[in-house]
Amino acid sequence: MKFKAMTAIAALALAVPALVVADPDDDNLVINGEIEMTTKVEPADHLDGALPTVMSGWHFRADETQALQMDDFDNPGMIFVDQAMDAWQTAEGTEDKSCASCHEDPADSMKGVRATYPKWNEDAGEVRTLAMQINDCRENQMGAEPYKYDSGPMASMEALISVQSRGMPVDVAIDGPAQETWERGKEIYYTRYGQLELSCANCHEQNYGNMIRADHLSQGQINGFPVYRLKNARLNTAHGRFKGCVRDTRAETFAPGSDAFVALELYVASRGNGLSVEAPSVRN
Amino acid sequence: MRLWTLTGAAIIAAGSATAGPVAPTDVAFGEYGSVSESLTGVPGDPEAGANVVKNKGIGNCIACHQVSALSDTPFQGEIGPPLDGVADRWSEAEIRGIVANAKKTYDGTMMPSYYKVEGYIRPGDAYTGKAAEEPLDPLLTAQQIEDVVAFLMTLSEE
Ligand code: HEC
Ligand code: HEC
Repeated sequence: MKFKAMTAIAALALAVPALVVADPDDDNLVINGEIEMTTKVEPADHLDGALPTVMSGWHFRADETQALQMDDFDNPGMIFVDQAMDAWQTAEGTEDKSCASCHEDPADSMKGVRATYPKWNEDAGEVRTLAMQINDCRENQMGAEPYKYDSGPMASMEALISVQSRGMPVDVAIDGPAQETWERGKEIYYTRYGQLELSCANCHEQNYGNMIRADHLSQGQINGFPVYRLKNARLNTAHGRFKGCVRDTRAETFAPGSDAFVALELYVASRGNGLSVEAPSVRN
Repeated sequence: MRLWTLTGAAIIAAGSATAGPVAPTDVAFGEYGSVSESLTGVPGDPEAGANVVKNKGIGNCIACHQVSALSDTPFQGEIGPPLDGVADRWSEAEIRGIVANAKKTYDGTMMPSYYKVEGYIRPGDAYTGKAAEEPLDPLLTAQQIEDVVAFLMTLSEE
């Protein structure tokens, strides 16, 4: 009897290999038992009904991966935040200045910054990502070498700045002078690139919640970036992720930091308006 | 002179059609996307077709579709309909058309076009992220398409 029951269970398990729980879950994300995160939110008007609910990628990950993000002692991304704090205080370049020389304590000076980037910079006449602003400070205020756009030091610095806004709602502006860039990003989002002819929307708007081979598709939101991935054991930038996703459509991808990816970042960020800034988040 | 050129072109086209597989740009799709002629004239091998369907580096069809007959291969996707019983729903010509270029059957479908070489935006050199060198190869060869069609024709539940 016992043997028979076991065989039946084994047979059942084999017959339904694709029966992994595919829907996003209803768990609540509270970090360190105190920062309550908004991980599901009503879509902004500019989404035009494209998504019924805007959801953080956190909901699509396994419980064990989710748990790593709930306590800073477990979150491997926090190590890089610490490293960036050292860089923050290190004087570099011809001006012999550090970030701290101008901005002092990031907990005060950088609070809320991440939530509004990418944003229009009036003096430069361009939409700037956080990475572009970091490099502008390095080159023009410190006289130091810019970081490579999607390098480790850049991702760590972005994480240090982002963590000061953790729990605050993403709120990027898409109107006025930023509108043209936003429109370009939107066009890229819906373009079916590569020999597989797939757009961001094919996977992350039409099929979030579904499995594509072994991957559980999320909405591809960037409120959690930079993201610590268990797969490569480091922090990953949004442009690094975009690059991988475009490459996976068998396309010639765009370069991190390119105008195309800056526009795409503004557009994708705006799709997540209202979600909490989550960086550094943890994904598989 | 003009007439001569045209006739010459017709002869060349006719010649190549009998010589080898139908080229991706020459496939004759019916009004609703079916392809009645075999692309190679060589019968498909269902076992080779099953391999194309499940292999990540070839068709990778199960990235999007579930196929019970291939339940030994884990991680079957949920993007397209399960392919069980597909031979009961479609004729061989219709299946050939869907595999060769599903967009002729389903306008705007997410399913990739497996026997197509033109009309892509920023085509890449496989999964390197670099630009592809023209001319492109189709995602599957003509014989692989025929093999997949032969495999799908075995998926009948009646
Ligand atoms: C062929 C399917 C596919 C396409 C097309 C695609 N992605 Fe993805 N993307 C994935 C998969 C699989 C993952 C990993 C699981 C997840 O988070 O969705 C992912 C993850 C992401 C993430 C990380 C989300 C998180 O919370 O960690 C972002 C951001 C993203 N994609 C953005 C994009 C953008 C922007 C585009 C278009 C340029 C795009 N993707 C195109 C499959 C795709
Ligand atoms: C990226 C996703 C994707 C991949 C990869 C894919 N398909 Fe599809 N397929 C679809 C979708 C989606 C549909 C449903 C058509 C629609 O409504 O757009 C479909 C429909 C079909 C149908 C008709 C199914 C029915 O039950 O009526 C067949 C047959 C089929 N696909 C075979 C294949 C084969 C064979 C391969 C690989 C060589 C493949 N597909 C790869 C997404 C995919």
